[in-house]
Amino acid sequence: MDNFFIVGGVVLLVLMLLTLYRAIIGPTAIDRLMAVNVIGTKTTVLLIIIGMLFNWVDMFVDIALAYALLNFIVTIATSRYFQHHKNLSPIGFGIRHRKEGARK
Amino acid sequence: MIDIIVMVLFGIGLFSFFSTTVGILRFPDFYSRMHAAGKGDVFSSVAMLLGLVVYHFHHPSLDGVLVAVKILMISLFIFLASPTATHAIISAGFNSGVVPWSRQKQEEGQQ
Amino acid sequence: MHKLYSFLVLFSFWMLLSGKFDAFHLTLGVFSSLLVAFLSADLLFHDRGKSDSRRWRELRRFIAYLPWLGKEIVLSTVHVTYLALHPRMRELIEPQVMRFKTRITSEIGQVVFANSITLTPGTITIQEEGGEFIVHALNRKFADGLPGEMEERLLRVFGDEEQANG
Repeated sequence: MDNFFIVGGVVLLVLMLLTLYRAIIGPTAIDRLMAVNVIGTKTTVLLIIIGMLFNWVDMFVDIALAYALLNFIVTIATSRYFQHHKNLSPIGFGIRHRKEGARK
Repeated sequence: MIDIIVMVLFGIGLFSFFSTTVGILRFPDFYSRMHAAGKGDVFSSVAMLLGLVVYHFHHPSLDGVLVAVKILMISLFIFLASPTATHAIISAGFNSGVVPWSRQKQEEGQQ
Repeated sequence: MHKLYSFLVLFSFWMLLSGKFDAFHLTLGVFSSLLVAFLSADLLFHDRGKSDSRRWRELRRFIAYLPWLGKEIVLSTVHVTYLALHPRMRELIEPQVMRFKTRITSEIGQVVFANSITLTPGTITIQEEGGEFIVHALNRKFADGLPGEMEERLLRVFGDEEQANG
Protein backbone atom coordinates (compact mmCIF):
# COMPACT_ATOMS: atom_id res chain seq x y z
CA MET A 1 0.00 0.00 0.00
CA ASP A 2 2.94 2.33 0.63
CA ASN A 3 4.02 1.92 -2.98
CA PHE A 4 0.57 2.93 -4.11
CA PHE A 5 0.75 6.12 -2.05
CA ILE A 6 4.22 6.90 -3.43
CA VAL A 7 2.98 6.52 -7.01
CA GLY A 8 -0.15 8.54 -6.25
CA GLY A 9 1.89 11.32 -4.67
CA VAL A 10 4.27 11.48 -7.62
CA VAL A 11 1.37 11.64 -10.10
CA LEU A 12 -0.20 14.40 -8.00
CA LEU A 13 3.12 16.28 -8.03
CA VAL A 14 3.45 16.00 -11.82
CA LEU A 15 -0.10 17.31 -12.29
CA MET A 16 0.67 20.19 -9.91
CA LEU A 17 3.71 21.03 -12.07
CA LEU A 18 1.41 21.12 -15.12
CA THR A 19 -0.85 23.55 -13.27
CA LEU A 20 2.23 25.60 -12.44
CA TYR A 21 2.66 26.11 -16.19
CA ARG A 22 -0.55 28.15 -16.20
CA ALA A 23 0.74 30.14 -13.23
CA ILE A 24 3.89 30.96 -15.19
CA ILE A 25 2.42 31.91 -18.57
CA GLY A 26 -0.47 33.90 -17.10
CA PRO A 27 -1.63 35.89 -19.09
CA THR A 28 -3.29 37.95 -16.33
CA ALA A 29 -2.54 38.16 -12.64
CA ILE A 30 -5.79 36.46 -11.61
CA ASP A 31 -5.04 33.50 -13.89
CA ARG A 32 -1.89 32.97 -11.87
CA LEU A 33 -3.83 33.40 -8.63
CA MET A 34 -6.31 30.73 -9.72
CA ALA A 35 -3.55 28.25 -10.55
CA VAL A 36 -1.82 28.94 -7.24
CA ASN A 37 -5.10 28.36 -5.40
CA VAL A 38 -5.55 24.97 -7.06
CA ILE A 39 -1.96 24.01 -6.27
CA GLY A 40 -2.47 25.03 -2.65
CA THR A 41 -5.56 22.86 -2.27
CA LYS A 42 -3.69 19.89 -3.67
CA THR A 43 -0.72 20.56 -1.38
CA THR A 44 -3.07 19.84 1.53
CA VAL A 45 -3.70 16.36 0.12
CA LEU A 46 -0.01 15.87 -0.62
CA LEU A 47 0.94 16.77 2.97
CA ILE A 48 -1.33 14.03 4.34
CA ILE A 49 0.16 11.52 1.88
CA ILE A 50 3.66 12.51 3.05
CA GLY A 51 2.50 11.99 6.63
CA MET A 52 1.27 8.49 5.74
CA LEU A 53 4.60 7.58 4.16
CA PHE A 54 6.52 8.77 7.23
CA ASN A 55 4.05 7.01 9.61
CA TRP A 56 3.50 10.33 11.32
CA VAL A 57 0.01 11.29 10.17
CA ASP A 58 -1.15 12.74 13.49
CA MET A 59 1.36 15.58 13.16
CA PHE A 60 1.12 16.15 9.41
CA VAL A 61 -2.67 16.33 9.49
CA ASP A 62 -2.45 19.41 11.73
CA ILE A 63 0.02 21.00 9.33
CA ALA A 64 -2.34 20.20 6.45
CA LEU A 65 -5.28 21.78 8.29
CA ALA A 66 -3.29 24.95 8.97
CA TYR A 67 -2.11 24.99 5.35
CA ALA A 68 -5.68 24.75 4.06
CA LEU A 69 -6.76 27.68 6.25
CA LEU A 70 -3.73 29.74 5.22
CA ASN A 71 -4.26 29.00 1.53
CA PHE A 72 -7.85 30.21 1.75
CA ILE A 73 -6.82 33.43 3.50
CA VAL A 74 -4.06 34.09 0.93
CA THR A 75 -6.52 33.66 -1.94
CA ILE A 76 -9.12 35.94 -0.37
CA ALA A 77 -6.56 38.64 0.48
CA THR A 78 -4.90 38.62 -2.95
CA SER A 79 -8.18 38.72 -4.84
CA ARG A 80 -9.27 41.62 -2.62
CA TYR A 81 -6.06 43.37 -3.62
CA PHE A 82 -6.73 42.89 -7.33
CA GLN A 83 -10.36 44.03 -7.05
CA HIS A 84 -10.87 47.08 -9.34
CA HIS A 85 -7.32 46.77 -10.63
CA LYS A 86 -7.73 48.16 -14.12
CA ASN A 87 -4.61 46.65 -15.61
CA LEU A 88 -4.21 42.97 -14.88
CA SER A 89 -1.97 41.89 -17.74
CA PRO A 90 1.77 41.96 -16.98
CA ILE A 91 2.58 44.50 -19.70
CA GLY A 92 0.38 46.99 -17.92
CA PHE A 93 2.22 47.28 -14.64
CA GLY A 94 4.22 50.47 -14.67
CA ILE A 95 4.51 50.80 -18.42
CA ARG A 96 0.96 52.04 -18.84
CA HIS A 97 1.55 55.44 -17.29
CA ARG A 98 4.47 56.20 -19.55
CA LYS A 99 2.71 55.15 -22.74
CA GLU A 100 -0.61 56.78 -21.92
CA GLY A 101 0.01 59.81 -24.09
CA ALA A 102 1.85 57.96 -26.82
CA ARG A 103 -1.06 55.58 -27.46
CA LYS A 104 -3.34 58.40 -28.63
CA MET B 1 -11.34 -4.85 0.49
CA ILE B 2 -10.49 -1.55 2.16
CA ASP B 3 -7.43 -1.25 -0.07
CA ILE B 4 -9.58 -1.55 -3.18
CA ILE B 5 -11.95 1.20 -1.98
CA VAL B 6 -8.97 3.44 -1.21
CA MET B 7 -7.45 2.80 -4.63
CA VAL B 8 -10.73 3.47 -6.46
CA LEU B 9 -11.38 6.74 -4.59
CA PHE B 10 -7.79 7.85 -5.10
CA GLY B 11 -7.92 6.96 -8.78
CA ILE B 12 -11.15 8.94 -9.25
CA GLY B 13 -9.57 11.92 -7.50
CA LEU B 14 -6.39 11.76 -9.57
CA PHE B 15 -8.31 11.43 -12.81
CA SER B 16 -10.58 14.39 -12.06
CA PHE B 17 -7.55 16.43 -11.04
CA PHE B 18 -5.95 15.47 -14.36
CA SER B 19 -9.00 16.74 -16.26
CA THR B 20 -9.01 19.88 -14.12
CA THR B 21 -5.40 20.51 -15.08
CA VAL B 22 -6.13 19.93 -18.75
CA GLY B 23 -9.10 22.26 -18.46
CA ILE B 24 -7.02 24.97 -16.81
CA LEU B 25 -4.46 24.70 -19.58
CA ARG B 26 -6.87 24.44 -22.53
CA PHE B 27 -9.92 26.64 -21.90
CA PRO B 28 -9.91 29.85 -23.91
CA ASP B 29 -10.49 32.55 -21.28
CA PHE B 30 -10.30 33.33 -17.60
CA TYR B 31 -13.95 32.67 -16.78
CA SER B 32 -14.14 29.20 -18.34
CA ARG B 33 -10.83 28.29 -16.70
CA MET B 34 -12.46 29.17 -13.39
CA HIS B 35 -15.19 26.63 -14.23
CA ALA B 36 -12.58 23.88 -14.42
CA ALA B 37 -10.67 25.12 -11.38
CA GLY B 38 -13.69 25.61 -9.15
CA LYS B 39 -15.48 22.33 -9.79
CA GLY B 40 -12.79 19.78 -10.42
CA ASP B 41 -10.75 21.09 -7.52
CA VAL B 42 -13.44 20.45 -4.90
CA PHE B 43 -14.37 17.04 -6.21
CA SER B 44 -10.85 15.70 -6.67
CA SER B 45 -9.64 16.93 -3.27
CA VAL B 46 -12.66 15.53 -1.45
CA ALA B 47 -12.41 12.17 -3.26
CA MET B 48 -8.72 11.79 -2.39
CA LEU B 49 -9.25 12.86 1.21
CA LEU B 50 -12.13 10.39 1.57
CA GLY B 51 -9.81 7.69 0.28
CA LEU B 52 -7.30 8.63 2.98
CA VAL B 53 -10.08 8.52 5.61
CA VAL B 54 -11.13 5.02 4.54
CA TYR B 55 -7.49 3.88 4.77
CA HIS B 56 -7.57 4.61 8.51
CA PHE B 57 -10.25 1.97 9.07
CA HIS B 58 -7.54 -0.69 8.74
CA HIS B 59 -6.56 -0.64 12.42
CA PRO B 60 -9.22 1.24 14.38
CA SER B 61 -7.76 2.95 17.45
CA LEU B 62 -8.37 6.25 19.21
CA ASP B 63 -5.53 7.97 17.36
CA GLY B 64 -6.66 6.59 14.03
CA VAL B 65 -10.22 7.81 14.59
CA LEU B 66 -8.97 11.27 15.60
CA VAL B 67 -6.84 11.52 12.44
CA ALA B 68 -9.76 10.33 10.30
CA VAL B 69 -12.09 12.92 11.81
CA LYS B 70 -9.45 15.63 11.27
CA ILE B 71 -9.12 14.67 7.61
CA LEU B 72 -12.92 14.82 7.37
CA MET B 73 -12.76 18.33 8.85
CA ILE B 74 -10.22 19.32 6.20
CA SER B 75 -12.43 18.01 3.41
CA LEU B 76 -15.44 19.82 4.90
CA PHE B 77 -13.39 23.02 5.02
CA ILE B 78 -12.29 22.61 1.40
CA PHE B 79 -15.91 21.93 0.46
CA LEU B 80 -16.94 25.25 2.05
CA ALA B 81 -13.91 27.38 1.22
CA SER B 82 -13.08 26.45 -2.35
CA PRO B 83 -16.29 27.84 -3.93
CA THR B 84 -15.85 30.98 -1.83
CA ALA B 85 -12.28 31.42 -3.05
CA THR B 86 -13.43 30.83 -6.64
CA HIS B 87 -16.11 33.43 -6.12
CA ALA B 88 -13.58 35.96 -4.75
CA ILE B 89 -11.16 35.47 -7.66
CA ILE B 90 -13.82 35.64 -10.38
CA SER B 91 -15.39 38.70 -8.76
CA ALA B 92 -11.98 40.43 -8.77
CA GLY B 93 -11.63 39.61 -12.46
CA PHE B 94 -15.14 40.84 -13.26
CA ASN B 95 -14.66 44.13 -11.42
CA SER B 96 -11.34 44.70 -13.17
CA GLY B 97 -13.12 44.42 -16.50
CA VAL B 98 -11.82 41.15 -17.93
CA VAL B 99 -13.90 40.57 -21.07
CA PRO B 100 -15.48 37.09 -21.44
CA TRP B 101 -14.40 35.11 -24.47
CA SER B 102 -17.04 34.44 -27.10
CA ARG B 103 -16.87 32.70 -30.45
CA GLN B 104 -18.21 35.67 -32.43
CA LYS B 105 -15.52 37.98 -31.12
CA GLN B 106 -12.81 35.48 -31.96
CA GLU B 107 -14.11 35.05 -35.51
CA GLU B 108 -14.29 38.81 -35.97
CA GLY B 109 -10.76 39.10 -34.71
CA GLN B 110 -9.51 36.59 -37.26
CA GLN B 111 -11.08 38.37 -40.25
CA MET C 1 -28.20 30.89 24.65
CA HIS C 2 -26.09 31.37 21.54
CA LYS C 3 -23.05 31.74 23.80
CA LEU C 4 -23.69 28.28 25.22
CA TYR C 5 -23.96 26.85 21.71
CA SER C 6 -20.70 28.47 20.61
CA PHE C 7 -19.02 27.21 23.77
CA LEU C 8 -20.10 23.65 23.00
CA VAL C 9 -18.97 23.87 19.38
CA LEU C 10 -15.62 25.41 20.32
CA PHE C 11 -14.98 22.92 23.12
CA SER C 12 -15.70 19.88 20.96
CA PHE C 13 -13.36 21.36 18.37
CA TRP C 14 -10.69 21.77 21.06
CA MET C 15 -11.02 18.14 22.14
CA LEU C 16 -10.82 16.99 18.54
CA LEU C 17 -7.69 18.99 17.75
CA SER C 18 -5.77 18.39 20.95
CA GLY C 19 -6.46 14.65 21.21
CA LYS C 20 -5.45 14.66 24.89
CA PHE C 21 -8.09 13.95 27.52
CA ASP C 22 -6.27 14.56 30.82
CA ALA C 23 -7.45 17.12 33.37
CA PHE C 24 -4.86 19.78 32.54
CA HIS C 25 -5.64 20.02 28.84
CA LEU C 26 -9.40 19.84 29.42
CA THR C 27 -9.23 22.71 31.94
CA LEU C 28 -7.23 24.81 29.50
CA GLY C 29 -9.81 24.01 26.84
CA VAL C 30 -12.74 25.01 29.03
CA PHE C 31 -11.13 28.35 29.88
CA SER C 32 -10.13 29.30 26.35
CA SER C 33 -13.46 28.17 24.88
CA LEU C 34 -15.30 30.22 27.50
CA LEU C 35 -13.20 33.28 26.70
CA VAL C 36 -13.69 32.98 22.94
CA ALA C 37 -17.40 32.20 23.30
CA PHE C 38 -17.87 35.22 25.56
CA LEU C 39 -15.98 37.58 23.23
CA SER C 40 -17.09 36.51 19.77
CA ALA C 41 -20.24 34.41 19.89
CA ASP C 42 -21.82 36.83 17.41
CA LEU C 43 -19.52 35.55 14.68
CA LEU C 44 -20.80 32.00 14.85
CA PHE C 45 -24.48 32.81 15.33
CA HIS C 46 -25.00 35.93 13.33
CA ASP C 47 -28.78 36.23 13.33
CA ARG C 48 -29.70 36.33 17.02
CA GLY C 49 -33.43 36.82 16.58
CA LYS C 50 -33.94 33.37 15.15
CA SER C 51 -35.68 30.84 17.38
CA ASP C 52 -34.03 27.56 18.33
CA SER C 53 -36.64 25.38 16.65
CA ARG C 54 -36.12 27.31 13.42
CA ARG C 55 -32.35 26.78 13.64
CA TRP C 56 -32.74 23.04 14.14
CA ARG C 57 -35.24 22.80 11.30
CA GLU C 58 -32.86 24.63 8.95
CA LEU C 59 -29.96 22.40 9.98
CA ARG C 60 -32.00 19.23 9.50
CA ARG C 61 -33.28 20.29 6.09
CA PHE C 62 -29.84 21.49 5.03
CA ILE C 63 -28.39 18.04 5.78
CA ALA C 64 -31.23 16.53 3.74
CA TYR C 65 -30.23 18.90 0.91
CA LEU C 66 -26.60 17.74 0.86
CA PRO C 67 -27.00 14.40 -1.04
CA TRP C 68 -28.63 16.21 -3.95
CA LEU C 69 -25.75 18.72 -3.95
CA GLY C 70 -23.25 15.85 -3.94
CA LYS C 71 -24.91 14.33 -6.98
CA GLU C 72 -24.71 17.70 -8.76
CA ILE C 73 -20.99 18.02 -7.90
CA VAL C 74 -20.28 14.60 -9.45
CA LEU C 75 -22.30 15.57 -12.55
CA SER C 76 -20.45 18.88 -12.88
CA THR C 77 -17.06 17.19 -12.59
CA VAL C 78 -18.08 14.73 -15.31
CA HIS C 79 -19.21 17.66 -17.45
CA VAL C 80 -15.95 19.58 -16.95
CA THR C 81 -13.98 16.39 -17.71
CA TYR C 82 -15.95 15.88 -20.91
CA LEU C 83 -15.39 19.48 -22.01
CA ALA C 84 -11.72 19.59 -21.10
CA LEU C 85 -10.85 16.36 -22.90
CA HIS C 86 -13.01 17.05 -25.96
CA PRO C 87 -10.77 17.76 -28.97
CA ARG C 88 -13.04 20.47 -30.42
CA MET C 89 -13.96 22.07 -27.10
CA ARG C 90 -14.23 25.61 -28.45
CA GLU C 91 -17.17 24.69 -30.65
CA LEU C 92 -19.09 23.24 -27.72
CA ILE C 93 -19.02 26.17 -25.34
CA GLU C 94 -20.78 29.47 -25.73
CA PRO C 95 -20.02 31.51 -22.60
CA GLN C 96 -22.45 34.15 -21.49
CA VAL C 97 -23.05 36.38 -18.50
CA MET C 98 -26.58 36.66 -17.16
CA ARG C 99 -28.40 38.37 -14.28
CA PHE C 100 -31.40 37.33 -12.26
CA LYS C 101 -33.10 38.11 -8.98
CA THR C 102 -33.65 35.40 -6.39
CA ARG C 103 -36.60 34.93 -4.05
CA ILE C 104 -34.40 33.73 -1.19
CA THR C 105 -34.36 36.46 1.44
CA SER C 106 -32.14 35.25 4.27
CA GLU C 107 -28.42 36.02 4.02
CA ILE C 108 -27.19 32.53 4.79
CA GLY C 109 -29.60 31.16 2.20
CA GLN C 110 -28.14 33.47 -0.44
CA VAL C 111 -24.60 32.41 0.47
CA VAL C 112 -25.52 28.73 0.16
CA PHE C 113 -27.29 29.46 -3.11
CA ALA C 114 -24.23 31.22 -4.55
CA ASN C 115 -21.94 28.37 -3.55
CA SER C 116 -24.38 25.79 -4.93
CA ILE C 117 -24.51 27.61 -8.27
CA THR C 118 -20.73 27.46 -8.41
CA LEU C 119 -20.76 23.72 -7.73
CA THR C 120 -23.46 22.72 -10.24
CA PRO C 121 -22.59 21.97 -13.89
CA GLY C 122 -21.91 24.78 -16.31
CA THR C 123 -22.59 27.78 -14.09
CA ILE C 124 -20.49 29.93 -11.75
CA THR C 125 -21.46 32.89 -9.57
CA ILE C 126 -19.61 36.13 -10.27
CA GLN C 127 -21.34 38.55 -7.93
CA GLU C 128 -24.23 38.70 -5.52
CA GLU C 129 -25.65 42.00 -4.35
CA GLY C 130 -28.87 42.19 -2.35
CA GLY C 131 -30.52 39.19 -3.97
CA GLU C 132 -29.36 39.99 -7.51
CA PHE C 133 -27.00 37.41 -8.96
CA ILE C 134 -24.56 37.78 -11.85
CA VAL C 135 -23.80 34.32 -13.22
CA HIS C 136 -21.37 33.15 -15.88
CA ALA C 137 -22.67 30.14 -17.80
CA LEU C 138 -20.75 27.96 -20.24
CA ASN C 139 -23.74 27.23 -22.39
CA ARG C 140 -27.19 28.59 -23.23
CA LYS C 141 -28.76 25.41 -21.91
CA PHE C 142 -27.31 25.92 -18.43
CA ALA C 143 -28.12 29.62 -18.46
CA ASP C 144 -31.78 28.83 -19.06
CA GLY C 145 -31.76 26.28 -16.25
CA LEU C 146 -31.33 28.97 -13.59
CA PRO C 147 -32.73 29.65 -11.06
CA GLY C 148 -34.88 26.54 -11.45
CA GLU C 149 -34.86 23.48 -9.26
CA MET C 150 -32.09 24.54 -6.89
CA GLU C 151 -33.91 27.70 -5.80
CA GLU C 152 -37.04 25.66 -5.04
CA ARG C 153 -35.03 23.26 -2.89
CA LEU C 154 -33.26 26.07 -1.05
CA LEU C 155 -36.54 27.90 -0.45
CA ARG C 156 -37.74 24.76 1.25
CA VAL C 157 -34.61 24.82 3.46
CA PHE C 158 -34.24 28.49 4.35
CA GLY C 159 -37.50 30.12 3.38
CA ASP C 160 -40.53 30.75 5.56
CA GLU C 161 -43.21 28.09 5.54
CA GLU C 162 -45.81 30.11 3.66
CA GLN C 163 -43.25 31.26 1.09
CA ALA C 164 -42.24 27.70 0.31
CA ASN C 165 -45.81 26.60 -0.16
CA GLY C 166 -46.89 29.59 -2.23
